[in-house]
Amino acid sequence: MEEVLFFVSALGALGGALGVIAMRNPFYSVLALIVHLFSLASLFLLLTSAFVAAAQVVVYAGAVMVLYVFVVAYVGGGGESAWEPIPFQRLLAPLLGIALFVELSVAVLSSSLLALGTDGPDVRAGFGDPAAIGRLLLEKFLLPFEAASILLLIAAVGAIVLASNRRDGERDTPDEPSPNREEGVSLSP
Amino acid sequence: MNTEWFIVLSALLFATGAMGILIRRSPMVILLCLELMLNAGNLALVAFSRMVGNGQGQVFAVIVMVVAACEVVVGLGLIVAIFRRRIPLNVDDLRELRG
Repeated sequence: MEEVLFFVSALGALGGALGVIAMRNPFYSVLALIVHLFSLASLFLLLTSAFVAAAQVVVYAGAVMVLYVFVVAYVGGGGESAWEPIPFQRLLAPLLGIALFVELSVAVLSSSLLALGTDGPDVRAGFGDPAAIGRLLLEKFLLPFEAASILLLIAAVGAIVLASNRRDGERDTPDEPSPNREEGVSLSP
Repeated sequence: MNTEWFIVLSALLFATGAMGILIRRSPMVILLCLELMLNAGNLALVAFSRMVGNGQGQVFAVIVMVVAACEVVVGLGLIVAIFRRRIPLNVDDLRELRG
């Protein structure tokens, strides 16, 4: 049962990943990535980490992918040019990818980690549930937790600065949408 | 399931993401391939966490998710800003950081 679930999820994850890089339309790439993320969430469940799986579905497949879909809808697909600045790039890239895979696999599998061939120790019932992760985050990893929240704040402010219309008034007509937009992105509650 | 299987799958997904970054030209798809690589790293972190029987690796995975979300937000903001200036969304045309 566990093996069947693993291989189905692994096939889903791999198929989603290949779909991301093979689809011409970025919208379909985003949809393939959603398949990939759901498969990864089920793999996380197999590894008894329920909180990470739930965060994967809620944060990635929910929030981040919606952001992607909005930007793809705004920017539009747009075909990629056939011009290649590096000759044989499309042939060389898969070879380099396969080389990277072989190298990573050899590096991990030939290491002297004896526990690699095992399922890992038996864990108690609460392993990886939100209570355990929350306790770790607020006791042992409090500083990284706060740093992550500051990083999120900086990223949000940076995205507003980057995407706002204020700086690039050189080409647009200057008095077109600015008053509304500045009001819309104000941070004060 | 052995931990080996998860690690090999993670290596395969990472290599797929790296291959996508080398092949594709659209900055949006390159961001998606970055997501693939970060998620492959997450899978390895969670698999090793299960192997050791210690929940700390899962905290690492959660922090990696936060960093990935930040990267996506800033990257998509850049893409929208590039699109507004009517510069073609193609990494070959975006080689120079001139405005």
